[in-house]
Amino acid sequence: MSKGRFGQFGGQYISETLMNELYRLEEAYEHYKNDAAFNEELNTLFREYANRPSLLYYAEKMTKDLGGAKIYLKREDLNHTGAHKINNVLGQALLAKKMGKTRLIAETGAGQHGVATATAAAFFGMECEVFMGRHDTERQALNVYRMELLGAKVHPVDTGTRTLKDAVNEAMREWSCRVDDTHYVLGSVMGPHPFPTIVRDFQAVISREAREQILEKEGKLPAAVVACVGGGSNAMGMFYNFIPDEGVRLIGCEAAGKGVDTPETAATIATGTLGIFHGMKSYFCQDEQGQIAPVYSISAGLDYPGIGPEHAYLHSTGRAQYVPVTDDEAVAAFEYLARTEGIICAIESAHALAHVIKTAGEYGKDESVIVCLSGRGDKDVAAIARYKGVDLHE
Amino acid sequence: MSRIQDAFLKGKCLIPFITAGDPSLDKTVEYVLAMEEAGADIIEIGIPFSDPTAEGVVIQEASLRALQGGFTMEGLFDAVKKIREKSSIPLLFMTYINPVHHYGYDAFFAKCKELSVDGFLSPELPFEEKEEVAEVAKKYGVEVISMVSPTSEKRIERIAKEAEGFLYVVSSMGVTGVRTQFSSNLEETIKTIRSVSKVPCAIGFGISNPEQAAKMAGISDGAIVGSAIVRVIAQYGEQAKEPLKEFVASLKKAL
Repeated sequence: MSKGRFGQFGGQYISETLMNELYRLEEAYEHYKNDAAFNEELNTLFREYANRPSLLYYAEKMTKDLGGAKIYLKREDLNHTGAHKINNVLGQALLAKKMGKTRLIAETGAGQHGVATATAAAFFGMECEVFMGRHDTERQALNVYRMELLGAKVHPVDTGTRTLKDAVNEAMREWSCRVDDTHYVLGSVMGPHPFPTIVRDFQAVISREAREQILEKEGKLPAAVVACVGGGSNAMGMFYNFIPDEGVRLIGCEAAGKGVDTPETAATIATGTLGIFHGMKSYFCQDEQGQIAPVYSISAGLDYPGIGPEHAYLHSTGRAQYVPVTDDEAVAAFEYLARTEGIICAIESAHALAHVIKTAGEYGKDESVIVCLSGRGDKDVAAIARYKGVDLHE
Repeated sequence: MSRIQDAFLKGKCLIPFITAGDPSLDKTVEYVLAMEEAGADIIEIGIPFSDPTAEGVVIQEASLRALQGGFTMEGLFDAVKKIREKSSIPLLFMTYINPVHHYGYDAFFAKCKELSVDGFLSPELPFEEKEEVAEVAKKYGVEVISMVSPTSEKRIERIAKEAEGFLYVVSSMGVTGVRTQFSSNLEETIKTIRSVSKVPCAIGFGISNPEQAAKMAGISDGAIVGSAIVRVIAQYGEQAKEPLKEFVASLKKAL
């Protein structure tokens, strides 16, 4: 069995052309992850540039209104560039710089990872090209302009469903054309080894902080931590340091779109089967011929037909639970948080919130639940307005 | 000796690639037979996939046409059965791994054996993941073709030592499709392979005309031509038989 396995999941199902580059990346990462100077540089960037540590906010009004567990929000939305994506991107960009790369490429769905990559490229003085499904460039037009402002070139992708998976396809194709000076900043805990591990480690800062913060505030561990899952990077970051804490439930919220009993869904654990795609063995939404199924979610960031291999593993062992959340539920949660706490969160994060709104009452009042608020919602306002039938265009 | 390696004993091999089901599986049968008649030595049949990450635009579009035309694995096996009624040319399946994983490795390779499909090739199974199918392919006597690329460096020897059938040497960086420049280290790559293995080498990716085919087969044992063939089919659709024969004959003549 190849390296980079989580149980049977993961692996390196990728073209020969990229294999040596993956080895070089792994070697560099194994070296720098234990390098004091590298970590000092990254931590300084986190602190001085990205606004870490992010707050663990006690949502008192929500807690009172829902009448169950104490709800805490891990405010990744307050990071520079407005989402958890910056954690991984700063780590990978710094690593790429150490490897002598001068050009970053990335895929993006909602645009948050693309914006984060464009930001890091600007900061480190590197070239940047971002691949984004044409459909996503239309529903997230502001993020396209943001990336361009930051000096990145955005390539709309016109193949397939014109969403996130097609953007990944195109970024992989581009990387196989040019590896010498180029690092592919993969945006989630997916793809061939070593990406799922690297991305998880850079995102693990979320749970490293949250675990300390909750112990300080509550004097005990939470009953559950909850995060939305597309590829699964914020969820993996939110779960990671709680995995050994067996009493802490880990709950991932998948995008059910219009429902898991409809074809318009992106809930991989609920509707997918074991497969191999984008370099990894994991669960994928696929048809009866093993072709990758077109998926749908209101959220461009969760609109992906697969899930990272470590999530597949946590699901298979029962350590984490994955639940589907529909568009309607997510939009209701999005509005609820705005009115209750005065926070406009990303529609992705609203999927996690929706599950907590549904289940908070099942916990005791002395228990706490942490929700990863993975991003802010400015980018979603126009799309939500349209969803609600308001004719608003950016 | 396998039927694939026998083909290389007769001289430089021409290995055209065709996307199964583009424009229809009936046409795939007709075009495979036509290419054999025009001089093809081995034929690579591509199983279409929704997300062919190693392909350029030409084969991406052919895959899409095939899938939109209702391609199924069962349909493919029926088509190969029809080919086998008339021809014993060595055949390879080129495929992304998910449709085969989904079909079931055992059932898939059992079908290959039943239909005398000689080889199997997937751009998603590098050396490290070979064992995904190695055992079951061996059980049914199907040779798993390995790839070597311009970035393989020290991996070449390891890959070549365990190679079966022939080695697919990728001509240059990037995805499949027409190009004017090939990697400058091809001759060296072939030399390295030959120092550790007797397995024949054929070069593919981007070979689009007789001159390039002659040059690539000149430094190796054969030329694999994919996108240029698929482009003829894209242009002529249901009426591609004659232009295809003409093109394949011109490639073969140049070798």
